[in-house]
Amino acid sequence: MFRFLIRRVALTVPTFVALMFVTFVAVRLVPGDPIEARTGERGIAPERLAQLRHELGLDQPVWQQFLDYAGGLLHGDFGVSIVTKTPVIQEFAILFPATLELSLCALIFAVVFGIPAGVLAAVKRGGAVDHTVMTVALTGYSMPIFWWGLLLIMFMSEYLGLTPVSGRMDLINYYFEPVTGFMLIDSLLSGQEGAFGSAVAHLILPSIVLGTIPLAVIARMTRSSMLEVLGEDYVRTARAKGLSPLRVVGLHALRNALIPVVTVIGLQTGTLLAGAVLTETIFAWPGVGKWLIESISRRDYPALQGGIMLISGIVILVNLIVDLTYVAINPRIRHGG
Amino acid sequence: MNTSPLLSIRNLSVSFNTSRGPFRAVEGVDLDVAPGEVVAIVGESGSGKSVAMLAVMGLLPWTATVTADRMMFDGRDLIGISARERRSIIGRDLAMIFQEPMSSLNPCFTVGFQLREAMAAHLDLSRAQRQARAVELLELVGIPEPERRLKAFPHQLSGGMSQRVMIAMALACNPKLIIADEPTTALDVTIQAQILDLLLKLQRERGLGLVLITHDMGVVAETSQRVCVQYAGQQVEMQETVSLFRDPHHPYTSALLAALPERASGRLLPSIPGVVPGLADRPAGCLFSPRCRFATERCRTVPPPRAGAELGFALCHTPLVAGVPQVLETLA
Repeated sequence: MFRFLIRRVALTVPTFVALMFVTFVAVRLVPGDPIEARTGERGIAPERLAQLRHELGLDQPVWQQFLDYAGGLLHGDFGVSIVTKTPVIQEFAILFPATLELSLCALIFAVVFGIPAGVLAAVKRGGAVDHTVMTVALTGYSMPIFWWGLLLIMFMSEYLGLTPVSGRMDLINYYFEPVTGFMLIDSLLSGQEGAFGSAVAHLILPSIVLGTIPLAVIARMTRSSMLEVLGEDYVRTARAKGLSPLRVVGLHALRNALIPVVTVIGLQTGTLLAGAVLTETIFAWPGVGKWLIESISRRDYPALQGGIMLISGIVILVNLIVDLTYVAINPRIRHGG
Repeated sequence: MNTSPLLSIRNLSVSFNTSRGPFRAVEGVDLDVAPGEVVAIVGESGSGKSVAMLAVMGLLPWTATVTADRMMFDGRDLIGISARERRSIIGRDLAMIFQEPMSSLNPCFTVGFQLREAMAAHLDLSRAQRQARAVELLELVGIPEPERRLKAFPHQLSGGMSQRVMIAMALACNPKLIIADEPTTALDVTIQAQILDLLLKLQRERGLGLVLITHDMGVVAETSQRVCVQYAGQQVEMQETVSLFRDPHHPYTSALLAALPERASGRLLPSIPGVVPGLADRPAGCLFSPRCRFATERCRTVPPPRAGAELGFALCHTPLVAGVPQVLETLA
């Protein structure tokens, strides 16, 4: 178990190195630079331009810039935002709870509906339920997030007037200082009546939009995994004991079927954080995704590089945790069998 | 054996819906098992032995259609029984042991969990009582260090050990009848005898009915009081074991016995030529006719009648008596 852990952690090192390189290059491939982005069409005096370039280190050769950036990362320094002049990690820390809250709610939505849907489809294989679930899953998976988000806003917010259009909180009626950064928790801590309800209402649409693709993936994976497991001998043994179908399917079969599903759920963190970029933009959600999009238009190199590295680091970390969870639910791995 | 039978089946048929039309896996099987009796069902692979017994347990997939004139267990009608009622019988009074012990235990749960679970479903025992009984059961099936084994996961057990656990699980709720589906086939030869002995010892001690599905005539001879021979889904003969070995009435049974290695006299082992007919090439008449050395024109075209008890209920136009075909003119 310990050796497995060491090996698994060591494997993340090359991934980080590659990431460092790719983000650095990708950010610079975008036409324009931070100074152009700020001055716009007004133009700038050549001396001032040279001075600014020197301040930002952009006058140095690219390889030197890379070494500075890589060296900083190795010391845990993610750089300072060109626009706000605050350390990237600090900005990230302020914005990330919003993204995390949204991603977690989306994931909960995806798991809570995806797994039962997949199980139901597998048990009623070939029936109307199966076809419905699989059609909906395929549609959900194929739907562009942007379009789906706008569609939901039009229907739920504009037409039915049920949910707010954007943001995390009704700021006209409620205000409180962030404590944890999680609106659901902070609204409760504030003690203001109705604040929690407002936080929930603001979360519904973004969570559905962001959770749709993971939901589809989880439902499909659960179904195929269940179909395989339902034909296993031990499921027949469980039936032969006279156990209820709920226990046979929900315990004996599902426990085994979940092993690949957990992996897939873990892999969805990447999808979630990538999807968060779009979802946050649609819903004006003040999280990391929206911040990254804004940083692109400002050509804020340190913010982009640092932000992407931090998000990637989180994805890698979650995948590591998933692998360990996998070990925990599958005794054959746990005991090195 | 003049008590009323524990299990009584008449004319059991099972067919599966396949993309190429219905496939009859079991056709016209009759079976009676008295309390404390061991009945063997023999036949080649694909002869419908397991399917017939899975039908009794109600464990066939939904693509299967089960029909029978009678299917009674312990005074209860198993035809048209609700799923809930069936669940109250199977695992308690009627238990089954499967062919592949290694894959028949759930890899995600400990042995103890799977043992106690069966008791929790049917018996009114406290948690501590279930644990005590689980220890007791493992001792009964000859597993050393039962407390430790209860905490083990199935992949930590050998095949023989797993089958012992399966037997313990079948015994958990004091069943009246155990159906053992080739319980030793997947095991090492050295373990096979141990498991079979264990099963028979427990059967004798507890006066259980036992249906032993096997393709091993040697096992049949050693264990059972009565034999039911199946071929291509049909029951072709049923007799007391002793008389079946002395005087088989169906040509298939006769050929099976002739193929036993210990009966071989020459240098070559005798075998039955040909293969069991599949879905596509079923003969119009007797299903065994293409491989039967006594087959006549009538055998190939007309389905055979069922002979009486004195001829082992043989499904044959010309049942054998002392190896000589008899023409059943009276029945025709």
